[in-house]
Amino acid sequence: MKIFVTDYDGKVHELEALEGWRVMEVIRDWGQDIKAECGGACACATCEIYVDEDWVSKLIPASKEEENMLDLVPNVEANSRLSCQILMSEELDGLKVTLAPNSRS
Amino acid sequence: MSKSEISTDVIIIGAGPVGLFAVFELGLLDLKCHLIDILDRPGGQCAELYPEKPIYDIPGFPVISGQELTDNLMKQIKPFNPEFHYNRMVEKVEKLKDGTFKVVTDEGEVFLAPVVVIAAGGGSFQPKRPPVENIEQYEGKSVQYSVRRIEEFRDQDVMIVGGGDSALDWVLNLQPIAKSLTLVHRRDVFRAATSSVNEMLALVDAGKIDFILGQIASLEGEGNELSAVNIKSKAGDIRNIPTTRLLPFFGLTMKLGPVADWGLELNDNLIAVDTEKFETSIKGMFAIGDINYYPGKLKLILSGFHEAALMSQAAKKIINPDERVIFQYTTSSTKLQKKLGVK
Repeated sequence: MKIFVTDYDGKVHELEALEGWRVMEVIRDWGQDIKAECGGACACATCEIYVDEDWVSKLIPASKEEENMLDLVPNVEANSRLSCQILMSEELDGLKVTLAPNSRS
Repeated sequence: MSKSEISTDVIIIGAGPVGLFAVFELGLLDLKCHLIDILDRPGGQCAELYPEKPIYDIPGFPVISGQELTDNLMKQIKPFNPEFHYNRMVEKVEKLKDGTFKVVTDEGEVFLAPVVVIAAGGGSFQPKRPPVENIEQYEGKSVQYSVRRIEEFRDQDVMIVGGGDSALDWVLNLQPIAKSLTLVHRRDVFRAATSSVNEMLALVDAGKIDFILGQIASLEGEGNELSAVNIKSKAGDIRNIPTTRLLPFFGLTMKLGPVADWGLELNDNLIAVDTEKFETSIKGMFAIGDINYYPGKLKLILSGFHEAALMSQAAKKIINPDERVIFQYTTSSTKLQKKLGVK
């Protein structure tokens, strides 16, 4: 399975993803710039991504913990999510996301 | 010699778990440490990002929280009486002609030592800055990320942004002295203590403060004096709110900061070290924990502990080059046990 990630310059990258991996981990593992400073513990809000409109409804909605963390993002968009809280599964094969400027290291 | 000059054996930059454990390993070798950290307490990421989160990969602890690990390390290094300097950022490190390092903080203090250990993790924690155009120009005056002097808010049109304890605490504390106070948050759910939320809502009901659901869109003002903030509501409309003091509270994030300017060899914003001594490209300056890089590096607390132990042996040779160091175990050495205060 794969995901499509648009970087800060608008370039799209097709990244191979593995079942059960966090989207943040896929992005980081392929060497894309994503701060993710707490390492996936939902504790820092520095792995924000914008989810492509077509995919928003296919994701499991943000948990209370993720919503709380999103409060630490100064400009949350309606399609903002923390990529460490999205786990890869067959249903998400082809997921399209864009790195949010706040995630840039 | 100025009054604030401190001479010691080792200066450790960063009081996270790895910096703390370095005190232990250096202490066993009779080396005295001073630690400098930008936070107001020990623990680094463990204290700031995940004090309550369980950590499962510390050897010997099936599960331990960031705060417990910090507390344990503080207890473990107590016999060595390390000295802590909190709320300070190291700005400059330079090597003097005689090989001594001169470390200068943003408070102007000067530390002198033959060995410097950088254990700064992901860099220094700094407030998250809202990505709003020209916000830098107001910082220090109209835009502040923490309240240092309450008087600066008296009779001002204050806007506080955020939904956590810092935001709500300052709403309650500044409301009595401000000319007007507006709280802005992206949703009507608050992470702050329930009692603070209730107090805040009571102030809204009484018409003493305004609460707006939304986020900062843009700023208006001249020089470093803010005059208004435009707030974008969830529906998309913009409200212009007269504001002379803005306090955004979005937590902290790590920035490499001044480390980049100390002349060290860097590898993708990490400090390159060898794997024998974890020494940087500058002799006598070491880097341990998340901030260093070497082939095979894993950003684990346990890796940082190992690095601290090997670094300490090398530091000892720099500080006491003629002393023969015998490798000893704390279980069997009465000498080490005396240092630990258990014998």
